[in-house]
Amino acid sequence: MLTDFIPLFIMMALALGLALTLLNLGKFLGPKRPNRIKTMAYESGMDPVGTARERYSVKFYLVAMIFIVFDVEVVFMYPWAVSFQEFLAASPGAALGVTVVIVFFVLILGIGLLYDIKKGGLEFD
Amino acid sequence: MDLPLWLTAIIAFLIINFMLVSASVLVFAERKVSGYIQNRPGPNRVGPFGFLQPFADVAKLLFKEDIVPEASSKFIHSLAPILMVIIAMSVPAVIPFARGFVIADPDVGVLVILALTSIAVYGVTLAGWSSNSKYSLLGGLRSSAQMISYELSMGLAVVSVVLIAGSLSVVDIVESQADGWAVLGWNVFRNPIGAIIFIVTAFAETNRAPFDLPEAEQELVGGYHTEYSGMKFGMFFLAEYVNWFVASFVIATLFFGGYLIPFEPLFADAFYANGFGWLLGILQFLCLMAKVAFFAFLFIWVRWTLPRFKYNQLMTIGWKYLLPIALVNTLVIALGVAIFQTIF
Repeated sequence: MLTDFIPLFIMMALALGLALTLLNLGKFLGPKRPNRIKTMAYESGMDPVGTARERYSVKFYLVAMIFIVFDVEVVFMYPWAVSFQEFLAASPGAALGVTVVIVFFVLILGIGLLYDIKKGGLEFD
Repeated sequence: MDLPLWLTAIIAFLIINFMLVSASVLVFAERKVSGYIQNRPGPNRVGPFGFLQPFADVAKLLFKEDIVPEASSKFIHSLAPILMVIIAMSVPAVIPFARGFVIADPDVGVLVILALTSIAVYGVTLAGWSSNSKYSLLGGLRSSAQMISYELSMGLAVVSVVLIAGSLSVVDIVESQADGWAVLGWNVFRNPIGAIIFIVTAFAETNRAPFDLPEAEQELVGGYHTEYSGMKFGMFFLAEYVNWFVASFVIATLFFGGYLIPFEPLFADAFYANGFGWLLGILQFLCLMAKVAFFAFLFIWVRWTLPRFKYNQLMTIGWKYLLPIALVNTLVIALGVAIFQTIF
């Protein structure tokens, strides 16, 4: 039920209040004397060379893509996990049926993971 | 709890303050324990035994200048620490502190925990990107890749817990561990591999050593919060310590019986029959705090025992070992549940 979440939202609102209080308290109490050197990006004492908005390794995108695939898989496993005992209580055959489906599902993704590892998609050397 | 909303709000306010105080106690505890592990006294100047050190630190941070880099995205630069604090402070809402004492008990409490910890990735990534500094960007990138890699194994470890409990509600999961008359009902004994995987991933998700690559000082200066100063840095610091505390809570709740006292079924009925239910509640809270304190100590202990991993080692552990083990463990637990239920 959605009303179960209202206390959680109250907690989040209070946390937002805390965060804004801390932020503004710091702004209010602290000195404000910015200058050009101070507001430069830190680069070990040198003037920053170029911008940080550079292109970066495609491997991070690969990890993110594999994450999406497996995260969806984990999400699909939750309904099975919650109702597994009910299936068992109904009949062992039904539980076996849903488990075979999940095992098949895991196998397909397991082969995908194996393929990715063999192709070197997760090598970070 | 079926309480009026204003009372819930007051309790939520008290718990947020409790988390704030706990975070400062943890800062003190970490510095003191680190000190003793390295055979030095640690902070001992401010207050008795240096106990007031974290409060002095907060006062110092408040009076420091908030330097915003010129090239940064100003709005996102402020948004990231706010996001981190909100996420860290919201998770305690779904954690039961004693029997019947929980702020929010939605049917999908475990999913709420996982969802909130996933959002924490945004805080780190936005902080790293918005600063427009190379150290910050690399720290943010590393951190996001690390957190999403370990989130999968964490999710699978939670699936194995849900299989045993048959429910996604955190309260139901704790109560499912009351089976058996001793501590043997705790999930750590029924699902030890899941417990180990969850503890390892909890270390990675909170960016604690040995998984603290996002802020590896020797190579990345400060990681994603290199360009933060003053109270904004303080907010990242606060969020990190609250996350660590909350991670200890979640480990204790999912795998170590939560608020359940060892051998509780032997004497719980006597308490309820004589009208001492409130005393049992306090004992349960103290028991949970003892478990949480142990895991908080474990985090410090591990920090000074294990050296930091290299990045390729981190990815290898996450994808090639933890993920397959977690997948197999889930199926093994399913088999165990099936055998247990059909025979008994």
